[in-house]
Amino acid sequence: MKIQKKQIGTLAGIIYFLFIIVSFMVGFKPGEQIGHNFIDFSVEMLKILPCAFILIGLFEVWVKKESVEKHLGEDSGVMGYIWVILLSGTTVGGLYVAFPVAYSLFKKGAKLSVIFTYVSSCAICRIPMTIFESSFMGIKFSLIRLLVSIPLVIISSIWLGNYIETRNYKIMK
Amino acid sequence: MYYLYSATGLTLLISFVVNRAKTLKAVKIAFKQLATIFPAFLTMLILVSIVLFFVPDKIISNYLGNNNKLIGVVLASLFGSITLMPGFIAFPLSGILLKKGVSYMVLSSFTTTLMMVGILTYPVEKKYFGAKVTIIRNVVSLLISLIVALSVGFFFGEFL
Repeated sequence: MKIQKKQIGTLAGIIYFLFIIVSFMVGFKPGEQIGHNFIDFSVEMLKILPCAFILIGLFEVWVKKESVEKHLGEDSGVMGYIWVILLSGTTVGGLYVAFPVAYSLFKKGAKLSVIFTYVSSCAICRIPMTIFESSFMGIKFSLIRLLVSIPLVIISSIWLGNYIETRNYKIMK
Repeated sequence: MYYLYSATGLTLLISFVVNRAKTLKAVKIAFKQLATIFPAFLTMLILVSIVLFFVPDKIISNYLGNNNKLIGVVLASLFGSITLMPGFIAFPLSGILLKKGVSYMVLSSFTTTLMMVGILTYPVEKKYFGAKVTIIRNVVSLLISLIVALSVGFFFGEFL
């Protein structure tokens, strides 16, 4: 069953790329547009992902499990959330970078509610993005957004963390 | 972007000088993890390229200009959830829409769902957190975006 699903996925991928190649050959505009979208976004991600993963690798090699456990683990208290929100402010990219970083933090002993807070605040608290946002939408807009969303993110992450801990949750096989 | 490259390069260099074996191990971990998640990223990129074809910026601008604020918020959340757009495109677009008279509330639901709710990043998120947690997190994020939008609307006096 599992293998079948994987094969269907691979087949869909092959069909997709054949479609793009043929579109470019015969000049089929929608196909070309999709191809351009694919290339644009791939380039965007290729600019960030290798760096992100090298930093993750360095983090896994150098940072001691005890120190992550102490600051972001079960007994970290309020400071754990403050640390990850600050960390998320400096994270580059978006959600797709936050997931692997969160996974590494979890492996090093960060508690679930802290990593969920990290993921969501990566979406909303990145500093360069927020500065950019306020230059177009005004500071008032950004401030309301941050002040309303951060507490909600922390509360919902604590709830989600507790909820799945009681259900024997396993992160990535 | 350059500070990311310089920071990565510098950290890598320092690490290499301090301990060569550990650094090589780190690079190996990086490649292994990247390879593991690669198929999920590819799936995401394929979905992005198709969705952006059917929902281009133009369509989003047209629909957000809707006069009814409630419909505007619903449509904005929908667009924000199903698309993926880097900030350097999303915020200038919102800035233009703002000047055209689209309310802060509608734009807030668009940008916040764009940032927090990731239907297109589902393949990647699922790989790390599993389907159940991914779905819960995204539904919760959608609710948070709505609350944020209502608060923005309230503070900008757009309810009346």
